[in-house]
Amino acid sequence: MKTGIYPGCSLTGSARDYNESVFALAEALGLNFDQIPDWNCCGATAAHNLNKELSIALPARILALAEKNSMDEIIVPCAACYSRLTVTQKELKKNPELKNRVSEILEMDYRGTSSILNVIEWIDKYVMPKLENRITKPFEHKVACYYGCLLVRPDKVLNYDRAEDPQTMDVVMNKIGATTVDFPFKTECCGAGLSISRTETVSRLSGKIVEDAEHRGAEAIIVACPMCHSNLDMRRSNINKYWNADYKLPVIFVTQAIGLAIGLTPAKTGLKRHFVDVKIS
Amino acid sequence: MARIGVFICHCGENISATVDCEKVAGTIGRLRHVVHSVDYKYMCSDPGQNLIKEAIREHKLSGVVVAACSPRMHEPTFRRACAEAGLNPYLCEMANLREHCSWVHEKNDLTTEKAIDIVRTLVEKVKLNAALQPIRVPVTRTALVIGGGIAGIQSALDIANTGHQVVMVERSPSIGGHMSQLSETFPTLDCSQCILTPRMVEVAQHPNIKLYTYAEIESVEGFIGNFKVKIRKKAKSIDEKLCTGCGLCTTKCPQKKIPNEFEQGMGMRPAIYIPFPQAVPNKPVIDREHCTYYVKGKCKVCEIVCPTKAIRFDQKDEIIEMEIGAIVIATGFDIKHADFFPEYGYGKYKDVIDGLQFERLASASGPTAGEIRRPSDGKIPENIVFIACAGSRDPAKGIAYCSKICCMYTAKHAMLYKHKVHEGKAYVFYMDIRSGGKNYDEFVRRAIEEDHVNYIRGRVSTIYERDGRLIIKGADTLLGAKPVEIVADMVVLATAGVANAGAEELAQKLHVSYDTYKFFAEAHPKLKPVETNTAGIFLAGACQNPKDIPDSVSQASGAAVKVAALFSQSELTREPLVAVVNRSAPPVYSTCVGCFLCQSVCPYQAIESEDFKTRDGRIFKTVAKINEGLCQGCGTCVALCRSKSIDLQGYSNKQVYAEVVALLNEY
Repeated sequence: MKTGIYPGCSLTGSARDYNESVFALAEALGLNFDQIPDWNCCGATAAHNLNKELSIALPARILALAEKNSMDEIIVPCAACYSRLTVTQKELKKNPELKNRVSEILEMDYRGTSSILNVIEWIDKYVMPKLENRITKPFEHKVACYYGCLLVRPDKVLNYDRAEDPQTMDVVMNKIGATTVDFPFKTECCGAGLSISRTETVSRLSGKIVEDAEHRGAEAIIVACPMCHSNLDMRRSNINKYWNADYKLPVIFVTQAIGLAIGLTPAKTGLKRHFVDVKIS
Repeated sequence: MARIGVFICHCGENISATVDCEKVAGTIGRLRHVVHSVDYKYMCSDPGQNLIKEAIREHKLSGVVVAACSPRMHEPTFRRACAEAGLNPYLCEMANLREHCSWVHEKNDLTTEKAIDIVRTLVEKVKLNAALQPIRVPVTRTALVIGGGIAGIQSALDIANTGHQVVMVERSPSIGGHMSQLSETFPTLDCSQCILTPRMVEVAQHPNIKLYTYAEIESVEGFIGNFKVKIRKKAKSIDEKLCTGCGLCTTKCPQKKIPNEFEQGMGMRPAIYIPFPQAVPNKPVIDREHCTYYVKGKCKVCEIVCPTKAIRFDQKDEIIEMEIGAIVIATGFDIKHADFFPEYGYGKYKDVIDGLQFERLASASGPTAGEIRRPSDGKIPENIVFIACAGSRDPAKGIAYCSKICCMYTAKHAMLYKHKVHEGKAYVFYMDIRSGGKNYDEFVRRAIEEDHVNYIRGRVSTIYERDGRLIIKGADTLLGAKPVEIVADMVVLATAGVANAGAEELAQKLHVSYDTYKFFAEAHPKLKPVETNTAGIFLAGACQNPKDIPDSVSQASGAAVKVAALFSQSELTREPLVAVVNRSAPPVYSTCVGCFLCQSVCPYQAIESEDFKTRDGRIFKTVAKINEGLCQGCGTCVALCRSKSIDLQGYSNKQVYAEVVALLNEY
């Protein structure tokens, strides 16, 4: 079984911390995966608003490259990339005409044989079995697991977890010692791509998420999406300004939390790169 | 030698406007074996019928073809006329010149040609018609009513009052159904129990009704007028003759922590229990799943306290067999519960309840004695939100239909709340208000205008709890889909009405169809809404689709009339248009080889087997035999039979070939 990883743009830029934690975790637990060579943009939110063929062809090229490098499965830590890749795979499975057209565009064979893992699936399948006896510093904190939208929606396509009340991240966090709060905002919108164009909207929406988590006594918000992280963390000063508040609640990637639990340093798991200081360890 | 008479009807101008009837009559009159051919303006009128009768006598006709409208319209009319003139009615055929020709084509020569072709084929067919006799089937004049809710009660009483016997089977310990749980009823706000309980008592006391509660249908065999039904009378663990219903056992039972079904889980009941104070019969049953004695092997407190020594721990289920003539299915419905809605809290918020739970809260006999108090802490809600269409009309949830009753009961709920909590604020989120029905819309308007219930047109996306209150997020589509957020103390979901548990299993036992939602299917959506496609089995109430009380009661009376009509004679007469497996003289007996492939395709379970035996009783041949009471004449078995041993009376293979050959040949 050969496993590949598709980092996407975020993990090489604004979510370097996420990337570092994934690799640190893999190294510490002896997990192997190779980066898909010559990978390209997944199309993100832009492509499928403009051109359907383009929005399918871009992720299809990534999947075709994975097949070419005989990767049976690929880890996609970014929730948005995970969504685009899965949507593409499902679409091409039910539409052979489009599949042929895409192969033509790419000048590459596409078969759709590589399976796609989101970060929680990767954790469940590879990280969890290796955690036994490795948890040296149980993550004994009260946390709010925030799933955002793209990890679980559209549920008909992703068919992963319960769209209205997902639980998988909660289960992971409970296993490393955390207590999860009953968090009704776990799939509320953070403002997503409006981060660039309408920062006020992001401040308003993300602010509600942070406020409710803090109100419920969470010491941290746990995320699995670079976009969620940047809106809740990088935009925190805007949030505080918009709501005239002083929310100090840190936002931690699920992989970072596991890293801390197995004794990795905050620096190693990228926690030093956050805008909101992470004081818990 | 066949002597055929042909009668071409103009149907006023319905046929003659596009078909040259005179030409048809003339052409047909020149065919071989046609001894008489005429056209007339209205063949179905008295003079028209007389034309036929006189011709039969005068020309000694051996077969008649009436070329007019659809046989569905007037075949009985013309066959009766023939019978009156002494001709076997099944020697009369109809050629459909109206629906199949004149109505669907322009006036021209081709249309007349087609009319001639249609009549020709029937002439060839009728030459081969056999003189058939109607089938007579005896009728057992006892009806079975399955389900003891308001629909079952109404049907049973109506049938019993015509003087026929009724057996009612109800699976729970008491009759009354959902109606007994309701507080008040729309649109008059009269007390549900007050109007229902006298009917329940009437059922129990009616000399023509035999009531089996805590009983289920085990199996059903047979056919219209002649069903054989097995009823499983579940062990109540008491001797009903000795029990006086004093209820002492129910107060002394140490196991008191069982969620009360009647209170929709909002109260507890003991293991030996009477479901509610007005129950009929008013005698307890032991819930063996929870009773300490059955679970742990000791207790028997009820046996010790019972003053009449009526407890029977060793009682067994009893199977009762009976002969039944007609069946009314009145098994009712259920609702989706709050745990169907992850977005509304998956049932984890105690103060998000369903409509039936609200009925119990509003009911004077309910867990709060009629005060609207929320389940979590007993507080009277200051703000309450009702959500209509919770699950209904939501294909994403798998329920595309409208549950019909929710708009009305939600208005009622909001009204009842406002009548009891004057300072409270009630909000209703709705998609559309569907209040068709006598005094229904006026009722909803009253809730809005007089009781100041705040109706918001839009859907709720999510509900969550914060600091002991519920936050409801929705949209107001009349204000441009503006997001609305309401902080409330309690939420009532008008959840979708769904088929009752076990409906599918029962439908299969009864061999009646059901739809994709497991609701029982009617024979025709408009013209046979009370019948099923199995003769002798009828529908009443919400087992067919969600219905309110007036509709359920009307349909129940409709079903009762159907049963009474069936029971009005001691014998049933059926059209002899059924399949027959041939029989011939020994040593062949029948060309049937007994493969019984026909049995597997028959949709009506009409194919039985018949054994041929030697004098000493040894079976030497087994062949198929068709129960003419069950057979509906669909002909599937005829098409499938490998040895061509089955034929359909009135539509035999020979007759159909003759029609085809007539069409292919020049005349």
